[in-house]
Amino acid sequence: MTFRKYLVLAGVTLCASIGDSLLSRGMKQVGNISLDHLSDVILAVLNPSVALGILLLLGFFASYMTALSWADLTYVLPATSLGYVLLTLIAKFYLHEAVTTSRWIGVLLISAGVGFVTQGPALTHHPEKPHKAEYEPASARPR
Amino acid sequence: MMQAYAWSAITAIVLASTTGDILLSRAMKQVGDVGALWRQSGLWTVLGRVLRNPNFLLGVLAMTTAFYSLLFGLSWGDVSLIAPASASLTFITNAVAAKIFLHERVDHRRWMAAVLVAGGVVLLAA
Repeated sequence: MTFRKYLVLAGVTLCASIGDSLLSRGMKQVGNISLDHLSDVILAVLNPSVALGILLLLGFFASYMTALSWADLTYVLPATSLGYVLLTLIAKFYLHEAVTTSRWIGVLLISAGVGFVTQGPALTHHPEKPHKAEYEPASARPR
Repeated sequence: MMQAYAWSAITAIVLASTTGDILLSRAMKQVGDVGALWRQSGLWTVLGRVLRNPNFLLGVLAMTTAFYSLLFGLSWGDVSLIAPASASLTFITNAVAAKIFLHERVDHRRWMAAVLVAGGVVLLAA
């Protein structure tokens, strides 16, 4: 895993969570859309939050596809689930919502899951060579 | 009765989005490292190769099915059940499907990660 690849994973996480929040805020500003006025859905794109949200979700899809081109699905999905944690932190510190104890436990579980998966190799069959010899027992080093 | 509708929607969402993730992942492995390909042959080559990949197109179709199943589900059931239940179950089904269909090495670390994240998502919605 290189720094650039971690940046792509961060892009997946940030674009998905911020994009979803912007869409949610924008659609609340737009209000209810009835089935009789489906053209309102198209006009909803004129709302700045909705437009920016759609742009970010396109960015999410591009970075998600990029990540899947060099990492396993079972690595990318848990590694990018930090977005849920981010949304909770935004809710607590930016929107000043009350965050219950069970939600904080959820945040802890997700963070632990991310910790577990990112310790392992990102891709099956093509494990990255360790950058340093620190994980290698001395007896395994070539003499 | 509404519960049965909600759970059939959840089943449809989970099946469709797992199919989509598996197909998209397979497509991108066939395309190869996007960053390296971009530097080598440019953005248009990357886009052409991704958009012409049959697995990619089928994957997008499956993701679209998942999205519409979610919309239908939300009109029948409670958002606080359907959204977290389907998101959480998808982490588990993806781990199983990736092991079977993509032959990924899902070791204890990855199982733990899938289960912890799935549990965490449920708690966040509680």
